[in-house]
Amino acid sequence: MRHWVILDETRGVVVDGERIGVEAQGMGMIDEIYRGYVGNYMKYFKMDSLCKVGFVASELLLAKESGSRDVEQRKCYGTAERAIVLFNESGSLYTDTRYQATISDEENYFPSPALFVYTLANIVTGEIAIRNKYYGETNFLVLPEKNSQAMAVQVSALFADKETQSAIVGWVECDAEEHFEVRMALVGRDDNIENDIKTLIEWKN
Amino acid sequence: MVVKIGGSIISPLRNSVDSVYEALARGESSLRTRKLWNLEEPFVGSMMNWEEEGPDDCLTRFESLSLRSARAALQEAGIDGKRGDVAFVFSTTKGNIEQLAHRFDTTRTQVRHKFERRLNLGEGARRVVRELGNGNDPVVVSNACTSGLCAQIVAQRMLEQKICRYAVVVGCDVLTEFIVSGFQSFKALSPEGCRPFDAERKGLNLGEAAAAMVLTLSDEASGRWVLERGAIRNDANHISGPSRTGEGSYRALRTVLASVGMEELAFVNAHGTATMYNDEMESIALERAGITDVPVNSLKGYLGHTMGAAGVLECLVSMKAVEEGVVLATRGFGKKGVSGNIKINGELTTTDRPSFVKMLSGFGGCNAVMLYRKGGGV
Repeated sequence: MRHWVILDETRGVVVDGERIGVEAQGMGMIDEIYRGYVGNYMKYFKMDSLCKVGFVASELLLAKESGSRDVEQRKCYGTAERAIVLFNESGSLYTDTRYQATISDEENYFPSPALFVYTLANIVTGEIAIRNKYYGETNFLVLPEKNSQAMAVQVSALFADKETQSAIVGWVECDAEEHFEVRMALVGRDDNIENDIKTLIEWKN
Repeated sequence: MVVKIGGSIISPLRNSVDSVYEALARGESSLRTRKLWNLEEPFVGSMMNWEEEGPDDCLTRFESLSLRSARAALQEAGIDGKRGDVAFVFSTTKGNIEQLAHRFDTTRTQVRHKFERRLNLGEGARRVVRELGNGNDPVVVSNACTSGLCAQIVAQRMLEQKICRYAVVVGCDVLTEFIVSGFQSFKALSPEGCRPFDAERKGLNLGEAAAAMVLTLSDEASGRWVLERGAIRNDANHISGPSRTGEGSYRALRTVLASVGMEELAFVNAHGTATMYNDEMESIALERAGITDVPVNSLKGYLGHTMGAAGVLECLVSMKAVEEGVVLATRGFGKKGVSGNIKINGELTTTDRPSFVKMLSGFGGCNAVMLYRKGGGV
C-alpha cells in the first residue's frame, strides 16, 4: 500500500496514519478539506455527498503521492494504467432517497435530472477519473456488508488486466446526511494486497 | 480458460435463450406504449406481464426474476446451486429501488417496511442466493449500463484465481417509476420504438428482464463459448455524456482486439441505445479501432435497454446467433445517421465466423468490451 486515507464523521481525517486537524464536522469537514487541500475545482459543488467524500479522499491520496496540488504534475495523469475500484453497502441509496422525494408528491412532481445522474454509485469513480484524466478501468462493487476479504479478492483480481499498474481502491460509504466513511488506498501491482486491504479496513485510532 | 456452461433469459418476449433468439430472428418486439404511475408522459418500454407472473409476498419483482433466471441457468449447467464452490456475481443498476416509495407513503404508519433492508443491492442479491440454498455472499456490480459485462469480467477473474469453481452471473433490472421518470427528465426516451444508429433516432426505450450465465474454468473449449478477453475503460470526460472521441470505448476495444483477427469476427454487438450521443460515440470508437467492415448490430429495438440485464442477455442471444450462423438485424434501423465509418447490419444476414465482440457504455464515463469465441469453430 503506497498511501491511504481515512475520512469519517467520528474519526476525522487520517492520511498515512497521521491525523489532519479539521475544525468542522460532518459534511462541513469535507468542505473544509476541499478548501484547504483542493480548491478551484467547480465540479466539486455539483457533486452529491457520496462523490464529495470519495473525491476529497482521492485528492488527499494523490497529493500525498505526488506532493503536488497541480493534477497535471501528478503521476499517471492522462494514462490508462491506473484503475479505480470502489465498494460500499448502500450504493447510492442516500441520493436515491432525495431523488425519490422529487417524484413521490403528486402535486409537486418534479423529477430532477441533476439528482438522477447521481443515483448511480459508480459516478464517484467517474468523477475521480475525470479529475485525473485516468482512462483505466473503473468499477463499483456493492457488498452485503463491509468485508476486507471479499474486497481483497476483487482488488487482487484487478491486475489480471495487464495494462493496470496501480489502483485507487477502497470503501466509500455515505448512507445518510452527515454519515459517511471512506477508507481509500493507492495500491500497486506488486503490493501485498490482502494484507494492505486488511490493514486499511481494520485500522482503528 | 473460462467457458459458459449454462445460460437463461426471462423476458417479456420469451423465457429461454433459444426462444428469445428465435423471436428476435423473426423480428418480434415487446416494446409497447405505456402510461403508468404518476408519470406525466407515456413511454415506450418492454415490460413483463406481472399479473400473469402473480404476486409474491416474500420476494420482490427484482428478486423473483433474478431467482428464476439463476435457477434456469444452473439447471442447464447441471450444477447444484447449493454447492459451496459456486460464487454469485450480480449485475444491476437499481435492484429493489421500487421499495423506496414506501418511505414516502403517508398513508402507511411508521412500521418498518419488510423489504426496507433489501433496498441495499447486496441484501437483495443475498436474498436470491439464499433462496437457491447457497450460503455464500454475492458481489453486486453496479457500474451503470456496463454492469452486465463488468460482472462477467469480475466472474472470469474470480474463476481464474480459483476463488470458486463455478460462477453464476445474474443480470437483472425491473422498470420502476424511479427509473423511467429519471430517463424522462433527461429527455433520453424515444416517443416511438427506438432506432439504433438511424438518422432519425430519437432516444432509447427501457426494458425489464433477467439473464444469467454459469461459468467455469476448463481446458476443454471444444463446442463451448469461451470468454476470451474483456476490458473496462473510462472516458475521463463527463459523468452523463459520452466522450466525443469515444475515448474509453476505443481504448477498451483496442485492448480486446489485440487477441483476435478481424476475419474471425462474425459481428460486433454494440450498446446501440439509439440516443444521439451514444450511437455517434460508438461509431467513432469502432472506426478508430479499425472495425469498418465487420457488421455491427444493436438489439435494443426488440427488448429495449434492459440495463443491468443487457450485458448478459445480449451476449447470450449473440452466442446463439453465431451458432445459427446469423447476424441479427438492427430492428428500427433504416438510414445510417452516425459519422463513424461502420457497417450497420440493418437486415438479418449470415455468417460462418466463430467470434463476436460485445460493447456497453454508461453514465460515469465507463465503457466495457468483451470478446467471445466458440471453441472448435461453428
